[in-house]
Amino acid sequence: MLTELLNKVYELGTPLLFGAITTVTLTLSSLVLAIILGLVLALIRLLNIKVVNALISTFVEIFRNTPVLAQLFILYFGLPYMGIKISPFLAATIGLSLNGGALLSEVFRAGLSAIHFGQRESALSVGMTPWMSLRYIILPQTWRITLPPIGNYAIALLKDTAVVSAIAAPEIMFYARNLVTRTFDTTFIYILAALLYFCLSFPLARIVDRFERNQKVWQ
Amino acid sequence: MNSPLLRLENIHKNFGDLEVLKGIDLTLEKGKKVAVIGPSGCGKSTLLRCINYMEIPSSGHIYMEGELFGEKKLNNTFGKLNSKELAKQRSQIGMVFQSFNLWPHLTAINNVALGPTVVNQMPKNEAYELAKSMIEKVHLTPKINEYPERLSGGQQQRVAIARALAQQPKLMLFDEPTSALDPELIGEVLNVIQELASEGRSMVLVTHEINFARELADHIIFLHDGIIIEEGPPSEVIDNPKNERLKTFLNQIVKT
Repeated sequence: MLTELLNKVYELGTPLLFGAITTVTLTLSSLVLAIILGLVLALIRLLNIKVVNALISTFVEIFRNTPVLAQLFILYFGLPYMGIKISPFLAATIGLSLNGGALLSEVFRAGLSAIHFGQRESALSVGMTPWMSLRYIILPQTWRITLPPIGNYAIALLKDTAVVSAIAAPEIMFYARNLVTRTFDTTFIYILAALLYFCLSFPLARIVDRFERNQKVWQ
Repeated sequence: MNSPLLRLENIHKNFGDLEVLKGIDLTLEKGKKVAVIGPSGCGKSTLLRCINYMEIPSSGHIYMEGELFGEKKLNNTFGKLNSKELAKQRSQIGMVFQSFNLWPHLTAINNVALGPTVVNQMPKNEAYELAKSMIEKVHLTPKINEYPERLSGGQQQRVAIARALAQQPKLMLFDEPTSALDPELIGEVLNVIQELASEGRSMVLVTHEINFARELADHIIFLHDGIIIEEGPPSEVIDNPKNERLKTFLNQIVKT
């Protein structure tokens, strides 16, 4: 009975683990890209160039107010019409990065505006250039403020990558669905997949919790 | 011919329609101390912030040791400095803020050493030696590794003074350095400023501490509605004021 169960877990779990590799790679790559994009957008906004800011907030609002699924479909099925053919994985990475970049740009914007303007002034007063004050004074503080929300976003992202199975990117849910159509062992497979997500997400959630608790201490 | 350390020439500053400074002239010789007094909103902080181009004057010019500050001559007109050139000039002027503005993510010594390391590209150990001696100057050696959060207001302000000193500035600007402090902490900060003054440093001080201004300054400026109404040595401006508004102002200060 037990060996039977273990055999089943092994048989169905192995393909899911392959999917997990894609899930993790996809999460990490789109997280890094989203952080870079979000930060760059938030910094450009600080320059207060009207036209540019209007473009950025249009971008942000479009991505914030439409479903990720629709965004992915448009990227994956729409781009070939313009002669650009991309793999499901690449489409997923681009889609999640753009979506995450839009969300995180708001997080960074809030983080940057939480820092008192006196911080920048005192940096300038000792002879720093605006770039130095950003690099040594503003960004290190912004980073600490925004780390918890970025962590929460990372947790959400890890689970939301499930949506990219819809464009056949080979991650956990994609393998799970394939197994279901092959074996019809629906409940068991999805529980297994859910467990796998939990194992990936739970440690991440603990780390984020620690960051949140330590947020106020500047040591 | 020796140029004065600092010369302001007809400085005006507008914020939108509001004219905050209406033509300020001021000359400061090396080693001298000027105190700027006046009621709230008279433009004294703005004046101080114009001196190191934290606010850009709407018109007028500033010279340091005879050299144009914050601008450059282009043929017959004045042009803006780029941010690097401006930063280089600013590093010659130390500024101390009302709200200290220490960097909370750095310890006291790192607050002081960061400027020398990134602005002057001093080797790390040299910058730390310098920072240590500056912190000693403000009598905070035991607090050298504390974060600003763990320091009292008076201690924070003294670290901020050490940070400004680490640039070895030719001129120190103090923008109401004790206004944000609890009364019992004001003394320690004023003592440090007094010590710096006796070293022969040049200073411009904006303050509400009239007695301190009288002791410290060679020259007092009374600013009202963006113009200098009365100026001179403390013995005249504070002890024998001529202008009615100055008299009223001094009376109110003494009463409170």
